[in-house]
Amino acid sequence: MTEESKVLDDRKYTKEHEWVKIENGIGTIGISDYAQHALTDVVYAELPKEGEKVEAMGKLAVLESVKSVSDVYAPASGEVVEVNKALEETPGLINKSPFEEGWIAKIKVIDEAELDNLMGAEEYKKFLSEQEH
Amino acid sequence: MGEKTPLYEWHKSAGAQVIDFGGWDMPVYYSTPIEEHECIRSSVGLFDVSHMGEIWIEGKDALAVVQKAVSRDISKTAVGKMDLCVMCNEQGGIMDDLTVYKFSEEKMLLVVNAGTAGKDFAQLEGIAKGTGANVKLSNKTMETGKIDVQGQKAEEVLQKLTKIELGKIGFYRFKEGKVNDKEAIVSRSGYTGEDGFEIYCLWKDTQEIWERLIEAGAEAGIKPCGLGARDMLRLESGYMLYGNDIDEEHTPYEGVYGWVVDLNKEDFVGRESLAGQREKGISKKLVGFEMKERGIARHGYKIFRGKEEIGEVTSGSFSPTLGKNIGMAYVGNEFKEIGTEIEVEIREQRVKAEVVKMPFYKRE
Repeated sequence: MTEESKVLDDRKYTKEHEWVKIENGIGTIGISDYAQHALTDVVYAELPKEGEKVEAMGKLAVLESVKSVSDVYAPASGEVVEVNKALEETPGLINKSPFEEGWIAKIKVIDEAELDNLMGAEEYKKFLSEQEH
Repeated sequence: MGEKTPLYEWHKSAGAQVIDFGGWDMPVYYSTPIEEHECIRSSVGLFDVSHMGEIWIEGKDALAVVQKAVSRDISKTAVGKMDLCVMCNEQGGIMDDLTVYKFSEEKMLLVVNAGTAGKDFAQLEGIAKGTGANVKLSNKTMETGKIDVQGQKAEEVLQKLTKIELGKIGFYRFKEGKVNDKEAIVSRSGYTGEDGFEIYCLWKDTQEIWERLIEAGAEAGIKPCGLGARDMLRLESGYMLYGNDIDEEHTPYEGVYGWVVDLNKEDFVGRESLAGQREKGISKKLVGFEMKERGIARHGYKIFRGKEEIGEVTSGSFSPTLGKNIGMAYVGNEFKEIGTEIEVEIREQRVKAEVVKMPFYKRE
């Protein structure tokens, strides 16, 4: 799979390949196109509970593919306000649409300054190109 | 870096993800495991399984050595037929599961797992020496390519490359002949639960045969398939994966291989222990289960019933055919009945499951 992974400009990325998009203090979180490719078919998503508190780079969710079990980390600290219930029935949405329909959870971010540590789209693209070598 | 099959470069250039399996660098998927799984269940696909071990035994005493090594009575097997067997240690633990191809009483091919080929060969050699048998044993794993063509369109596709009348090969029977004008052995068998063939050819001919099969199957939508799909296919069909579901710590009776043990046969390695177990009964049993709540059981996860730990998962996966999460586990004998409610411990949470009948999937 040498085709280039998609990266969207309107969000930030972690080194663990999560993305977060902030709107009005709420961060929507998912995994990148690169990550869904690396996982292959996601067949199970263990989602956090609404109201749960998460810490930056603490465990947020668990995704299982046919062959592996992987943790998803919270890009920022906050409280879970919504989870993507559609993933319980159709975890494959993460493969089909990692940046839109396959979002995992929304958190009320405590300190947006935490996001300054994350990568922008250009930086993440560079990071990916280094990963592949 | 592990051993490489003759198709390794082909896999890499086709974009396969490669993993270590039994000391070999093997493709786990090319597109995605689920796509490849669907392809086998609905049409036809190809597996490179050249990592499998091929051990030939030839000579006057070939049958006697095989009889001593494996659990099943091969003297009853017709020439031109293959049989599924296990090879046990003295305690009755399973050293390997294998197929024996009977060319004659003096010539047989044992197809064994990649990770166990070395110890299997040593076991056969030990028996041959110990009994002063007149046989020649040869491990031709590194000279033999193996391609499985699996799925309902397997016959149609393979027939384009061979004059062997495939329609006349019954289940678990084989013929020698030519595929793509190269010497080959073709058996109607496999590890997917679908109709299909296993093709053995020379190492050097493997890539050409593979590429011709890809061309011949283009119309049928043939795909190269990896070990990810293969594992789901075999689990749905209730087939054992050596090292996961069966090993030297477990006997054929504890697993699903009681039917390949022939205690009427006068002598074979492990016979005494197995006869003893047959008489006393077993304390644990391999069962199939289906998850009743959300979660996927994985190899090594513990099984509970209330406070009591009653067993351990050997294999578990999402089943694309059933749309359910399924698995196999050894449980205490009193919990083996179909319908028994059990709990699988997944990341410190108990998740409900139920013992169900295997196989999970059977083709019509």
